[in-house]
Amino acid sequence: MTDSPLVQDFATDWDHSDPQWVADPYPIWDDLRQRCPVAHTERYGGGWFPATHAGVSEIAKDTENFTSRTVVIGNGRPTELDLPAPIGVAPPITSDPPFHAIARRLILPAFAPGPINALEPMIRELCSKLLDGMAGADVVNAGTQYAQYIPPGVIRGMLGFPEEDIELFLEFVHIILEGIDHPEEERIVEFEPVEKYFVAQMEDHIDNPRDDLTSYLLNVELEGQKLAMEHVFGTMVLILVAGIDTTWSAVGSAIWHLAHHPDDLERLVNEPDLMPVAIEEFLRFYAPVTMARLVKHDMEYQGCPMKEDDWILLGFPAANRDPVAFKDADTFIIDRAENRHVAFGLGIHRCAGSNLARLEMRVAIEEFIKRYPRFELANSEVVTWAPGQIRGPRNLPIRILR
Amino acid sequence: MKVRIDPDICQGQGRCFSIAPGIFDFDDLGNGVVIGDGALTSDTLELARLAQLNCPEHAIFIEE
Repeated sequence: MTDSPLVQDFATDWDHSDPQWVADPYPIWDDLRQRCPVAHTERYGGGWFPATHAGVSEIAKDTENFTSRTVVIGNGRPTELDLPAPIGVAPPITSDPPFHAIARRLILPAFAPGPINALEPMIRELCSKLLDGMAGADVVNAGTQYAQYIPPGVIRGMLGFPEEDIELFLEFVHIILEGIDHPEEERIVEFEPVEKYFVAQMEDHIDNPRDDLTSYLLNVELEGQKLAMEHVFGTMVLILVAGIDTTWSAVGSAIWHLAHHPDDLERLVNEPDLMPVAIEEFLRFYAPVTMARLVKHDMEYQGCPMKEDDWILLGFPAANRDPVAFKDADTFIIDRAENRHVAFGLGIHRCAGSNLARLEMRVAIEEFIKRYPRFELANSEVVTWAPGQIRGPRNLPIRILR
Repeated sequence: MKVRIDPDICQGQGRCFSIAPGIFDFDDLGNGVVIGDGALTSDTLELARLAQLNCPEHAIFIEE
């Protein structure tokens, strides 16, 4: 909240949108782990922040006491009316057991390694074209010219929407990402042009089925019945919301790291086999995604008096820096062999798009360093980080060294 | 020695079949599965252990 008072003590008044947290949250989390492993805030109507790997892990797996009814922190709470049973706002991310398993089973096959790995040539071509568009400049913006465009380009391709519609598609992505936590009445109005376009695409896919995600969603059956158009649209919105600024942040953070760690850049350029291990360390060290839960009923957790509908901010990035769980947790080790990071969450809500995210990261970084084997931050002062629950660099000017 | 994945614990994090594709594979949902009967040799044990040490869900078990 930009107009909120600055935080003085994150143990009793945390705010994940406070400028200090946005700029550099890691020292805050280190401090909390030492003196207050479950921090509290009265902001957003009340909430808790477990800063340890053990706390995050325990709450992520406890669907009896914590609900995923909403996973993005706001000032309000969803009402029953916002959540038509049994589908919910954005299943399966906002679903609890038992419906969760049904909704998840629906989308997992489309995001399993088989179909995802088949996308590699398409992703490589997309990255290569973006780099062609930046060619010749001494300073390029790896955020606004590169990372930002990769996930929407990939998802457009997966959905089988026409390539020439990419600008329109990017505009729709913007509307959806901006509007997702607006009140429902506003969201319906804002989403109208998006829905109209998506419905036209769905109708085209019904008439001309093909091998893409849209045709998959239109034909997949839930308890013997095909999905309603609204459900297909809802799932497409979830895929856009969950799959865009997350991966864009992960790619941006990796390039940001390499831009001021020339030794790591040199190793990656010279040892391409290192890439899969390096990707996992990028994911651990710069995990972009923090999710939320709501407390289901009044309860005590580690001595904290939690009340029904209190927020839980599930800091997977904080868990990844817990020295109890990781040796040299605050050191980036590009060839870290043992890495049980939780960047994609833990338990039943493990990021359904994790295979796609890893593939996009790998290809995006491979293509970038192939084109630019040496680069540095053009101006570290102007790099900006996204506030809120998805962390990554947005403005990222990079000087190409030749 | 044998390796197994507990299907009730596995959430499809995807680490095992990336690290040790000769020992683990994935099913239609992307969850990890052990190839064959999971028997390990002295050559494959180390790789299976590495996969185990990278599973965030602690779903991999190696039994004597």
